[in-house]
Amino acid sequence: MASQIERTGVPTKEQIESTLPGDERRAKGPYAVIECWQEIPCDPCVASCPFGYIAPMKNINDLPKLDQESCTGCGNCIALCPGLAIFIIDETFGGEDEAMIRIPHEFAPLPEKEDIVRALDREGNYVADAEVVRVQKGKSGCTVLHLLIPKKFILDIRAVEPLPMR
Amino acid sequence: MIATPEVLIVGGGPAGLAAARETVGAGCDTVVLDDALEPGGQLVKQTHKFFGSEMEYAGVRGIKIPEILLREVSDSPKLKILLRTTASGYYEDGVVTAIFQDKKVLKFKPKKLIIATGAQEKTILFPNNDMPGVYGAGAVQTLMNVYGVAPGTRGLMIGAGNIGLIVSYQLRQAGIAVAAVVEALDRIGGYWVHASKIARLKIPILTRHTIIEALGEENVTGAIIAQIDDNWLPIPGTEREIECDFICLAVGLSPLSDLFRLAECEMVFVPEFGGDVPLRDTNMETSTKGIYVAGDVGGIEEASSAIIEGALAGISTAFSLGKNIPDYERRNRELRDELVSLRSGPVGEHIRSGIAKCRISAKTEVG
Repeated sequence: MASQIERTGVPTKEQIESTLPGDERRAKGPYAVIECWQEIPCDPCVASCPFGYIAPMKNINDLPKLDQESCTGCGNCIALCPGLAIFIIDETFGGEDEAMIRIPHEFAPLPEKEDIVRALDREGNYVADAEVVRVQKGKSGCTVLHLLIPKKFILDIRAVEPLPMR
Repeated sequence: MIATPEVLIVGGGPAGLAAARETVGAGCDTVVLDDALEPGGQLVKQTHKFFGSEMEYAGVRGIKIPEILLREVSDSPKLKILLRTTASGYYEDGVVTAIFQDKKVLKFKPKKLIIATGAQEKTILFPNNDMPGVYGAGAVQTLMNVYGVAPGTRGLMIGAGNIGLIVSYQLRQAGIAVAAVVEALDRIGGYWVHASKIARLKIPILTRHTIIEALGEENVTGAIIAQIDDNWLPIPGTEREIECDFICLAVGLSPLSDLFRLAECEMVFVPEFGGDVPLRDTNMETSTKGIYVAGDVGGIEEASSAIIEGALAGISTAFSLGKNIPDYERRNRELRDELVSLRSGPVGEHIRSGIAKCRISAKTEVG
């Protein structure tokens, strides 16, 4: 029997929770989470980390190994992962009940800073409204959106509904 | 008149261009034939970031790769790329014929021939599969990403391999709705990260489903799909209608290996590779001396492997022509090691199995 992710592309709650670092690290500032569950021949994330905190792979099919304790949350990896599987979470950003998430976004037209967008979960369901804090355009053509979201949804929000085309 | 380049490469996709980079780099007079308007093969429509190794441009969008491959050699007088040119025959005296821009027949008698013709899309049988609005997924990708033409307003994708998943995502990027991705297997065939991307867009992936028929009078107005059982037969009562104005078939590729057959290369049917492919040694030389294979025409795989195979065929060809290639043995081994590495994971299992069926022991084994 095929597993949930094999059938739907959506990971289980257990898989998702396993991407989080410990409470102490979470309280310190931004960190990357890598939602890469399948051994495929792919390694750009390793070179994307300017600090070398994603360990070199013995085999190119290995799953990435991120040193989350040391991760600075710079987010360079987000736009360089071909699978769009890396996100930055910052639980120290904003007010008590708020957090920031940075997600890859490849849809035109792009939202603008201070826009309110519809934040979606891994199944494309609407979760909450989010404020765009920054729109970071990179060389790779993959934009990174910095979103202010309710803190309780840091494990849920992973996408933004594409805006209607002009 | 018969042209006599040292190397003739049929196909200017990732494998053919990588081969040309090596043969031209080594000083071989090289002619590349390609039937398209610009070189690059399927790369010209791959707007997504590539997987694979950093060394083979992973993380770079496919559309940028032809330019990168040709950067070092595009100014060389040793390289000639003939576009809108289709190789049409191979004759027993070693002459390759080609139709040049619908105008005239060209003849080549190269010292070495590298065949990198790629693959074509497969289709499946269902009523009305010949109706306007039923496309190959690759054709849809070309329409959208090369010509900027929308294939319709709401599509149904058949096949959850990488092509089906990626084209679904790109349709949505173009503002075109995708009703569902239908997959006969009990699981997604492509990379899960691609599936995750379209799941976030609320495009359902229906495993263990098939298309029963396309609906419409003159063009597609919908489709009937159904669940299938363990014997891949539709389960009565599970049929349902999907509203769509086009259907994309992403049900696999088949190697375009006719030229090898004309050249009487030994062929073998390899299901893992989608059809008949030539036997080859570790330097990519076929059973017919002087004829090399590279890329999908030797077995359906990823563009990253095609680039490495092309490079391997290219340096082997140049070396066999007596060109001085510094560190030839080391480079040859590195390329082969890299292929082994790319194919070594769980998703490379069928590739390893396919390779084992079309190997001939190398006569010019190095290292």
